Amino acid sequence: MTAFTFEVLVSLKPGLLDPQGKAVEGSLPAMGFGGVGEVRVGKHIKLTVEAPDEAAATAQVHEMATKVLSNPVIEDYEVLAVAAS
Amino acid sequence: MTRLPRIGVVTFPGSLDDADARRAVEAMGAEVVALWHADRDLRDADAVILPGGFSYGDYLRCGAIAARAPIMAEVRDLAGRGGPVLGICNGFQILCEAGLLPGALARNASLRFVCEDVWLRVETAQTCVTRDLTPGELVQIPVKHGEGRWVATPEQLDHVEGDGLVVFRYCERSGVLSDAANPNGATNHIAGVRNDAGNVVGLMPHPEHAVDPDVGPTGGQPLLASLLETALAGVGA
Repeated sequence: MTAFTFEVLVSLKPGLLDPQGKAVEGSLPAMGFGGVGEVRVGKHIKLTVEAPDEAAATAQVHEMATKVLSNPVIEDYEVLAVAAS
Repeated sequence: MTRLPRIGVVTFPGSLDDADARRAVEAMGAEVVALWHADRDLRDADAVILPGGFSYGDYLRCGAIAARAPIMAEVRDLAGRGGPVLGICNGFQILCEAGLLPGALARNASLRFVCEDVWLRVETAQTCVTRDLTPGELVQIPVKHGEGRWVATPEQLDHVEGDGLVVFRYCERSGVLSDAANPNGATNHIAGVRNDAGNVVGLMPHPEHAVDPDVGPTGGQPLLASLLETALAGVGA
């Protein structure tokens, strides 16, 4: 078994109002950052999975992402493989 | 001798309103069954309330961890048998996360935590908490939440609106729907929804905080009275 490291990025679905993103976006001009738009706040989850190979590990992470790490009603996710350790 | 309805109230780590829920249903004439998130037995409760609060600190998403707690297998089983299940605030979030109710609760559009008495328009009497009410009737109940904006996929919204699954909408004192009377920006002013059978209901407002005239509005009374009657009538009633 090998430990594989993944990062899961969870974001609100496009079009769904993101008040957090709006608040961040609204604060940036006051700090001198002009021209900023489309700010969306999401989540970054890093984890390791022990599995016989990367394909099995990846499949597990996708299952976790669908069932627990994200809520498919309001969120999308992306799985990034980082490294085997 | 008449039997009292047995109402289970689940306490998760971080639940806040479990004591109020127990007190409210007791005041309304129920026998309380205090349940713990790690329990694997509802101890013959006729109905279950998932109370408000911040279960598991709202970690990951509101209600996400609680929806996967051991007791939820029993709650799911009760719901599947037609038993009454009521989710209040965080309990509503838990039921949505568990897939027992359609939609999800997102952060309030205002980004503010709202804490105020709101008016609700009853949309259907075909649920375990509205059998004593009539569609169009208004009740006043407090809300207090930061993530209560009900949203859904387009397919879910079609189903919820098309099949009469909306139980309550936020409204003005007059019953008129308006953005000003929508405390969190919920889709179509939706404050509460039910499942297809009507035995599972979730709402953001807190009926358990609205039963005692000494401390505020009493709009929660008919909801809890309905729940107790449904519980006593038995599964499938």
